[in-house]
Amino acid sequence: MTKLPDQFSDLEPFAATWCLPTEPERWARRQESSIDEMRQLYEAVFSRYEAILAYVDRFPLDDMPEEARNLIHLTTSFVMVSFPVEVWNGPRIPDTGHATLERAISPAV
Amino acid sequence: MARFPKPAEGSWTEHYPGLGTGPVSYADSFTPEFFELEREAIFRRTWLHVGRVEQLARAGSYFTKEIAVARTSVVVVRDTDGKVRAFHNICRHRGNKLVWTDFPQQETSGVSRQMVCKYHGWRYGLDGACTFVQQESEFFDIDRAEYGLVPVHCDIWAGFIFINLGRVPEQSLRESLGPMVTAIEDYPFERLTHRYGFRSSVAANWKLMVDGLQEQYHAPIVHRNQRPENFDAHAAGFEAPHYQIEGPHRMFNSPGIRPWELPDDQIKPSERLVRGGLFGPWDPPDFFADTQVAGMRPGGHERVGVALFEIWPNFGIQLWERGWYHTYQHWPTSHDSHIFEWNMYFAPPRHASDLIAQEMTAVSLKEFALQDDSLIETIQLTLGSGGLTEFPLGDQEVLCRHLHKTADEWITEFKNRA
Repeated sequence: MTKLPDQFSDLEPFAATWCLPTEPERWARRQESSIDEMRQLYEAVFSRYEAILAYVDRFPLDDMPEEARNLIHLTTSFVMVSFPVEVWNGPRIPDTGHATLERAISPAV
Repeated sequence: MARFPKPAEGSWTEHYPGLGTGPVSYADSFTPEFFELEREAIFRRTWLHVGRVEQLARAGSYFTKEIAVARTSVVVVRDTDGKVRAFHNICRHRGNKLVWTDFPQQETSGVSRQMVCKYHGWRYGLDGACTFVQQESEFFDIDRAEYGLVPVHCDIWAGFIFINLGRVPEQSLRESLGPMVTAIEDYPFERLTHRYGFRSSVAANWKLMVDGLQEQYHAPIVHRNQRPENFDAHAAGFEAPHYQIEGPHRMFNSPGIRPWELPDDQIKPSERLVRGGLFGPWDPPDFFADTQVAGMRPGGHERVGVALFEIWPNFGIQLWERGWYHTYQHWPTSHDSHIFEWNMYFAPPRHASDLIAQEMTAVSLKEFALQDDSLIETIQLTLGSGGLTEFPLGDQEVLCRHLHKTADEWITEFKNRA
């Protein structure tokens, strides 16, 4: 059973790990991931981004097929790992000790 | 070299002569005694923002707000006539907390036709009237009309709901906000309803966090690593084009970075890809295209990307030039702790790409905020020793100077009154 639309089968290996609907889940996954794991996701989604947008933008946000919704969740995980990959070179923000900031409200996707 | 002209007096600080230019005492930020005074002298006297009208979408919509600094809980409801009302969240029978879910100290929200006490089943209408007393005949000459919920003063400005815990507010909401703040009411807040909310328990005095937001002198240092190496626009430090103070409120403009105008090697590749980042979604909502809100640029500067209005005592509204805004709120819980609430408001996304650009903005702001949050806690750790209490503040920290002076004035005035 695949999660993503057929034409994104190349991204399917990431789906089980990174199709996460909420920010707290994506934040937690980031914290427990290695830089290599995040870089693989980053590069895979980056290279397919235009195709992803072309696909998901065809659907109204309030009537999105499950596979398209999963593709959006995968893309928001790419967003989540962008700072670790491009800036921090790891999951954590330097010098942030145990500071926390919980996402309490998110629009439904 | 100055990038922006300063007032004729030579500095923003001297433009407001009451501020002085000497070192500033931070004893207001680590002493329990000062915090105890703030409860009555500040937080029970001022208008406090508690939410947006969109949170009360229809008759019966409600939310509760825990206000530890005033040792109270408030329930805010929309009644059947559409009016927004606030009440002390307490049952008139024996003082049970009226509206809560599972955890009595946590905030809650929902939709209900009435409010029913979990203890003995007394009921209240959305207008606060007591409508039912369980086994009423067991009571002695009780008149339900005298046992309605205790109202809290409540008013709305630009869709922001405020309450005032004073018996009689010293000023109306609009008077207290003043012309500088109300000049931004034409910003299309009511159309920016797509909300992302963050919450944090910060181990620092609330005023230290406000300081961290109302000066950007720290930005080129604290946040320097968050941009590609070729991006050096911040190398010369930070200067604001405009600061303004009016009564207890204050604001400043930032020139703002326009990432959509930067070359590729000065910007995060993912930001260019999704057209969104720290400075917001790049593409403004359709309805915003020609919007000009003069109040956002009270200094008249053409090139202003951001305006932060710090509304006394604990509410900040930050407006961005491309049609989104966020709010900061600080709820003190002790002299060295507070709850920080941060809400970002965007236009409802037209399609998934808008949503992803908004998500990139929310994610990027969190990266920055955690750095700020951590540093603010560090300040509290060292301030608490009491070894050093006075600190020199530069002209780019003029608003910090004003905040601490305002807090001190309100406490002094309150003491003198008593």
